[in-house]
Amino acid sequence: MRILLVGNPNVGKSALFSRLTGIHIIASNYPGTTVEFTKGYMKLGEEQAEVIDVPGTYTLEPTSKAEEVAVEMLKDGDLVIDVVDATNLERNLNLTLQLLERQVPVIVALNIWDDTRHRGINIDVAKLEELLGVPVVPTVGVTGQGIKGLVRRLPEAKVPKTAYSGSSSDERWARVGNIVSQVQSLSHRHHTWRDVLEDVSDHPVGGVFIALVVLLATFWVIRLIGESIIGYVTDPLFEWLWTPLLMKVSLALGSGGFWHSVLIGNLIAGGIDYFQSFGLLSTGFYIPLGAVLPYIVSFYLALGILEDVGYLPRLAVLMDTLMHRLGLHGYAIIPTILGFGCNVPAVMATRILESRRQRFIAATLISIGVPCAALQAMIIGLVGQQGGQYVAMVYGSLFASWVIIGLILNRIVKGFSPELLVEIPPYRLPPWRVIGEKLWLRVSGFIKEALPIVLSTVLVVNILYTLGVFDAIANIAAPIVSGLLGLPKETVVALVIGFLRKDVAMGMLAPLALTVKQLVISSTVLAMFFPCVATFVVLFRELRTRDTLKATGIMVAAALIVGSLQNLIL
Amino acid sequence: MTMHQGRQLTLRQMEIGQTGTVIGILGGRGLMRRLEALDIRPGKKVTKVSSTLFRGPVTLRVDNAQLAIGFGMANRIIVEVG
Repeated sequence: MRILLVGNPNVGKSALFSRLTGIHIIASNYPGTTVEFTKGYMKLGEEQAEVIDVPGTYTLEPTSKAEEVAVEMLKDGDLVIDVVDATNLERNLNLTLQLLERQVPVIVALNIWDDTRHRGINIDVAKLEELLGVPVVPTVGVTGQGIKGLVRRLPEAKVPKTAYSGSSSDERWARVGNIVSQVQSLSHRHHTWRDVLEDVSDHPVGGVFIALVVLLATFWVIRLIGESIIGYVTDPLFEWLWTPLLMKVSLALGSGGFWHSVLIGNLIAGGIDYFQSFGLLSTGFYIPLGAVLPYIVSFYLALGILEDVGYLPRLAVLMDTLMHRLGLHGYAIIPTILGFGCNVPAVMATRILESRRQRFIAATLISIGVPCAALQAMIIGLVGQQGGQYVAMVYGSLFASWVIIGLILNRIVKGFSPELLVEIPPYRLPPWRVIGEKLWLRVSGFIKEALPIVLSTVLVVNILYTLGVFDAIANIAAPIVSGLLGLPKETVVALVIGFLRKDVAMGMLAPLALTVKQLVISSTVLAMFFPCVATFVVLFRELRTRDTLKATGIMVAAALIVGSLQNLIL
Repeated sequence: MTMHQGRQLTLRQMEIGQTGTVIGILGGRGLMRRLEALDIRPGKKVTKVSSTLFRGPVTLRVDNAQLAIGFGMANRIIVEVG
């Protein structure tokens, strides 16, 4: 038995899914996050039913790649739960009628039911059920209200007796209008704090002001939480528990030799320096858990809140004018912001964009100009030691490259870029339960994926060092790196390792005693040069071989140009 | 009985706060379908909520939903007001 949850974006579908299945999933307030569908299980009588959260769609005549997925998935469902936003009955029922034409049993969840009252909307549920010919159950996904009733009535889901297959879209809208006029009546709408806030943030000047406040506050909170976790939790843990243990291991290994250099690394002034020692157990554990994890937690907490209160679509509107010049539209800001966490889901999220041209430009710009949280944590940790202005130089160079390369791509890439057309959902109070679940999912995902790769990267680095392979690579690339970028030839090794993990690569710069200028150049080049291997794989999947190679060529060229310019100017 | 012929404007030309009825969309089938999915179609009442500086998007209210529409697209949606 396979149950599909189908509905418009922003109707609380993912929250309902989480209530039905009780597993941790990504639930968000804007379309796009569920492009990769989520699957869970629920008990239905004695049977175990599979529940699939189908990406949000307004219509079964798809207009984007994400909507195509939704229609494709409809083909193999045994039952459809159609999630309807009770506060936008007309638009939502259009999809409902399209579903009813499909000869698959349907039950309607009339969601966001709690919101209808203060909006002055009265819906006659019994009448709606009679007119549609399938069960209709009012629900509130966020609080769980009505979920039991929905589950109890699942077996009543059916194909309505009166079939409307093959009706034209005009006929369908006429029927929708007819139904709405019979079941819905409107009364006075109460003005709330929300309306005021929405009015201000949709105002052209007020909106820019709010965006600045929101973004500054977000950066401040991310830094505050990240630094607090490092200062009060992870650094003390490493210092008081892990270091003494490693020193014992170091002694037991005789303070030197092959295994010592692999496991512990080099002792700096007789002790362990987590940035410089570069052993599997020292730097290998410190980079993902001590340096990066705190910022992963704080970044995804902030992002989760911005997503679930409904702020991101408003940011998309404000960014539209700029993004338009880059061959994108405002909505591309959502994959871009995701990229500051990790470029992998960011490239996948470019699917919410309508044309191939937009997806190519967006994915290329993200790979070049948007450093992931792991890389940023290391940049802040290493470059930040020299002073905030140097961190600002790295970010400034990346932002300038992002804009300039976007302007150029918009001129030379062939194809068509449709304009922004997006729903702006109402502000909602952050659903802490959903935010907490989502944070846990993303943080545990990071640990599971990053830790093994970081450890194996550090291992590979140590083995290649011992074998002297790096010296060979360094000598070959030395002319470019020293001549153009003004960097010592050893940095080549770090740039090469950047293909595996950029945070580890940044870590490899630590023992090289670079000048501040060289640190700024190498961090910028490392960020732009090449996507990490995980991003590279999704680029291939999303853009296919030819476009991926083109994008990679652009990245390498841009990194060399920007690095050389920095070398000349700084 | 007098027939009231309303003024015809594009979405972009509408005043903020003004309500009008969509009477036509100048565009291909693809654009019509994208707009129709969001319930912007001939006969529909829409209210302009805001516009953005520098040829930015126009924001509309359609029933209880708020939508943002790119500048060029807003120029191709014709409404009748008053």
